[in-house]
Amino acid sequence: MPPAVASGGDPDPTRRVYLDSASGESLHPAARQAFAAALDAAYADPRRLHHAGRSARLVLDNARAATAEVFGVRADEVTFTASGTEAVHRGLLGLHRGSARHGRTLVHTAVEHSAVLHAAAWTGSPVRSAPVDPTGRVRVADLDLSDASVVACQSANHEVGTVQPVAAVAERAGEVPVFVDACASAGRLPLPEGWAALAASAHKWGGPPGVGVLVVRRRARWRDAFPEDERAGHGASGFENVPGILAAAAALQAVVGERAEQTARQRAQVDRIRQVVGGLPDVDVVGDPTDRLPHLVTFSCLYVDGEALVTELDRLGFEVASGSACTASSLEPSHVLAAMGALTHGNVRVSVARETTDEEVEQFLAVLPLAIERLRAQV
Amino acid sequence: MLELDCRGQVCPAPIIELARHIGDVEVGGLVGVVADDAAARADVPAWCRMTGQEYAGEEAADDGVPRYVVRRVS
Repeated sequence: MPPAVASGGDPDPTRRVYLDSASGESLHPAARQAFAAALDAAYADPRRLHHAGRSARLVLDNARAATAEVFGVRADEVTFTASGTEAVHRGLLGLHRGSARHGRTLVHTAVEHSAVLHAAAWTGSPVRSAPVDPTGRVRVADLDLSDASVVACQSANHEVGTVQPVAAVAERAGEVPVFVDACASAGRLPLPEGWAALAASAHKWGGPPGVGVLVVRRRARWRDAFPEDERAGHGASGFENVPGILAAAAALQAVVGERAEQTARQRAQVDRIRQVVGGLPDVDVVGDPTDRLPHLVTFSCLYVDGEALVTELDRLGFEVASGSACTASSLEPSHVLAAMGALTHGNVRVSVARETTDEEVEQFLAVLPLAIERLRAQV
Repeated sequence: MLELDCRGQVCPAPIIELARHIGDVEVGGLVGVVADDAAARADVPAWCRMTGQEYAGEEAADDGVPRYVVRRVS
């Protein structure tokens, strides 16, 4: 593999390598096609009884049926929301409200997405955080479920990739309903078993932004925690984004169809990154090395400012994310990394995309050590 | 104990200070990192794990700012 930088570390100005698919995957070609078709055919209100309304209704119902089939659930358990965050809010808070007579305390793993933490805090009810091991996996044996109304356990961690033992959590939870934030894994891994409500987000699997999926099992004790909306029914609000929903369903079908091949390539690319980065001095690769999301890896570099590293890599043509405090929206360091006992500064999350090539991975690996060295030398 | 005043500094600056000065104490000696940046609470113990030093715990300086104590073991 040729070196990706000239000896002085000058960037190739034409190179742009997107390695942040965990924040947002580019639109799948199947989604683009479906979106364009639905913009013309499904503009009307799907609640109306006229021909145009029925056409929109048909598109919406088809998208719902296709999504349900991929997820292995019933179509009437699927609701489309305006985002993954909205699906998290509605799913989690609906289970909490539905369990009010059984318990008051929202329990969540220490490494849930901030959407879960903020929603739990918003209720004003007691909240309990469940500790994780150094790989970021919840310690099921230590899970305290006393007075629990609901337990939130993500399918896999969005920052470090570790897969969570949802089925084991559900078994331990017994009658306490389990809420699963599956935004990081949906489309990439099969859904886990044992949950009462689950949230997913289309733009993370190659669908458009602005489409979330809420699945509430038929037997779940779930009560809408938000104002009723007579037009949208079960757990949603407002006029559905029908073209976006169809595009999301088309992308989901496509990525699941391509999953075996994509997963194998992405796993190998991430293994390669883990191997090379793990050999760099004073760099900590975090998360479970094998039982993990296929497409992402996170590492922290001692004595390096995360924001400076992201900026330097961007200058060199590589687009990555960071959980370090200075790069996130708050001044607090990543609660995920802190809960794991991992280093929070100098943090980089690399997530390979649908079209990432092995050559691009090698170019990134050629550039990265020089970028780290350069930043350390400036200290 | 050698005290490093890292008030007002944001990570990684306190950790860089710690690495610079750990050699200033004998093996078995203590270094206290006084830092108000929230990241130091996670990053001082993580630095100890990565570099083979011992994290001896958190206490409060006179003004209430956390002091993260490290024992040099190598």
